[in-house]
Amino acid sequence: METRTVAFVAPPELRPQEPAPANTRGAIGWARAHLFGSVGQVLLTLLGIFVVYAVVPPLLKFFVFEAVWTGTGRDDCLPEKIGRPVGACWPFIWAKWNQILYGFYPAAERWRVNTVYLMGALLLAPLLFPKLPFKRLNALAFFGIYPVIAFVLLTGGDLDMRTFLLGWTGLDFGLASFAGLRVGFWLQFILVALIAAGIGMLVCPFFGGERGSVAKSILKVFAVLGVILLVVDLDFGLEPVETRQWGGLLVTLVIAVTGITVSLPFGILLALGRRSDYPLVKYASIIFIEFWRGVPLITVLFFATYMLPLFLPGRFTIDGLLRALVGVALFASAYMAEVVRGGLQAIPKGQYEGAMALGLRSGFMMRLVVLPQALKLVIPGIVNNFIGLFKDTTLVLIVSIFDLLGILRASFTDPAWATPTTLFTGFGFAGIVYFVFCYGMSRYSMALEKRLDRSHRH
Amino acid sequence: MSAQQQAASNSTAQGAAEYAVELIGVNKWYGDFHVLRDINLSVGRGERIVVCGPSGSGKSTMIRCINRLEEHQKGRIVVDGIELTNDLKRIDEVRREVGMVFQHFNLFPHLTILENCTLAPMWVRKMPKKEAEDLAMHFLAKVKIPEQAAKYPGQLSGGQQQRVAIARALCMRPRIMLFDEPTSALDPEMVKEVLDTMVSLANEGMTMLCVTHEMGFARQVADRVIFMDAGQIIEMNEPSTFFSNPQHERTRLFLSQILH
Repeated sequence: METRTVAFVAPPELRPQEPAPANTRGAIGWARAHLFGSVGQVLLTLLGIFVVYAVVPPLLKFFVFEAVWTGTGRDDCLPEKIGRPVGACWPFIWAKWNQILYGFYPAAERWRVNTVYLMGALLLAPLLFPKLPFKRLNALAFFGIYPVIAFVLLTGGDLDMRTFLLGWTGLDFGLASFAGLRVGFWLQFILVALIAAGIGMLVCPFFGGERGSVAKSILKVFAVLGVILLVVDLDFGLEPVETRQWGGLLVTLVIAVTGITVSLPFGILLALGRRSDYPLVKYASIIFIEFWRGVPLITVLFFATYMLPLFLPGRFTIDGLLRALVGVALFASAYMAEVVRGGLQAIPKGQYEGAMALGLRSGFMMRLVVLPQALKLVIPGIVNNFIGLFKDTTLVLIVSIFDLLGILRASFTDPAWATPTTLFTGFGFAGIVYFVFCYGMSRYSMALEKRLDRSHRH
Repeated sequence: MSAQQQAASNSTAQGAAEYAVELIGVNKWYGDFHVLRDINLSVGRGERIVVCGPSGSGKSTMIRCINRLEEHQKGRIVVDGIELTNDLKRIDEVRREVGMVFQHFNLFPHLTILENCTLAPMWVRKMPKKEAEDLAMHFLAKVKIPEQAAKYPGQLSGGQQQRVAIARALCMRPRIMLFDEPTSALDPEMVKEVLDTMVSLANEGMTMLCVTHEMGFARQVADRVIFMDAGQIIEMNEPSTFFSNPQHERTRLFLSQILH
């Protein structure tokens, strides 16, 4: 007869921990679990092997084994001339190398572009590694000082600005100039700064601000702006290079980096604006976001390039590349805003309440408690946008700005390099370049996610 | 009035205020729903009050009104001599004086335990980092988890997290502490460690308002127990009488449900 025990008491010592069975561990365990676990898995594994077999060898054959690596013209890449099948024609890329990097930037001034590339790399690299010191200083240098220097180096600076916001008043201080600086412009600038500070002092009591500190912070903003304008206005004796002469990787990077660095802070502001309690701020943000998300980027670029000049007063012109830059940046900001909003919505109400109960004001609460968590949550979305933006830059081709891809396509028409594989070589090369940048961003974002993850411990 | 005069008048107001917290005819609505109905309550300095009642009775809403996490629509709330209005400055002042502990801890998961504790002293009180860290370690030692300072909230047990939450609130050196069901989300094994912390805080003379169903705690430390239902204070008495001789029918029913 079966006996059922009702009472049970475990022995005083708990059971020791035992290792998992051998066939679930190590390489064999892994293969069993991931490759040959079931009939379906075996089939998928075989299919995978077949796909690799079908794709990789032909690619290697074209780009490496049958490729031509050296040469001086189309004859070196023609199968009938060299008597063997020809894959990629790499000499074409070497021949166009300078155009790919600099566009039509004057050869004598290319050192300036190189300096900008080098400075960017030197400032960005340490910023990406969390262990290195001086983060604050480094960030200030990269986001604050570097763009100004890059601007001066790339364009030549010496903007020769004549009026600052007060041109419409007819107020004229004359055009006397000193070291490339117009006296009239700077008088106007100081006047505007004082007026803005005055308005700030008048308005701030309605928002619960303190007069002195508001005026001080407005003047500080103008001081920073003033320094930036001063640097770009000064004559350093650099040869001016019009943006029409820029091209290739230079343009791609300028547009992408500007778009990326502008879109994140703007996107955050717009996302916060959209959740604001003030209807004016809220609806302004909504309209902005929905407008820019609703129009295709091509339309924006087209409008900015060909229609905007029709609406602006006659003598008022904006540089073509700048117009595209602004278009791309605003466009990207709207997308970014929605990504960030997604993160904000994932933060539980308790976090806000915890912060408020401690007496943190809303600005601090957002900066110290909510945004760090929200942004961390949407890193994949943010980087997704960055990558999309990086590749979208190539759309500027339709407004006659020659980015990396544009330059390559222009080079295809060069009869000196007309071979059956030039086109594939060019596109293949462009693909590799874009891939390196995008994959780099992707890997970095994944490392960042891992580093910031606090959830696995528990 | 200059800032100095204002500060002086504030401090005299605080010194002169008879009660730590005063609610006078407080009413609140969520849309059309009348959550708080004419609440009158005066909490003396150093007084410990336990609020109980069925869920939806408005007890949490009431204490959340005291640090303006909820806005009341009628009546007056005076905290430490400062009347709560829409004036943001006053709300800030009150929140600096009032610490709060939540049911779900609401620790900041992206910050370490130490950073959780130093955040408000550094950014609200503008305390130097070193000083804030010393203060935080002092209170973490008091809630008996100084060795966890470098960890993240997700690595701690519920009871430990709640003790951190208490330490975090204490780092602002509040005069009044609010507890909103601090043990309701905890595993049974961890309730005691949190209650012990609260008892020792009570023994130091902190003014406390606790929403809780821990009747043992109420018996041990409360000066007064308040029973709320349907947005009203139904009964209020010192604990021994409250438990042994409840007057209102609703209170008796409630006590019979929770005291088995």
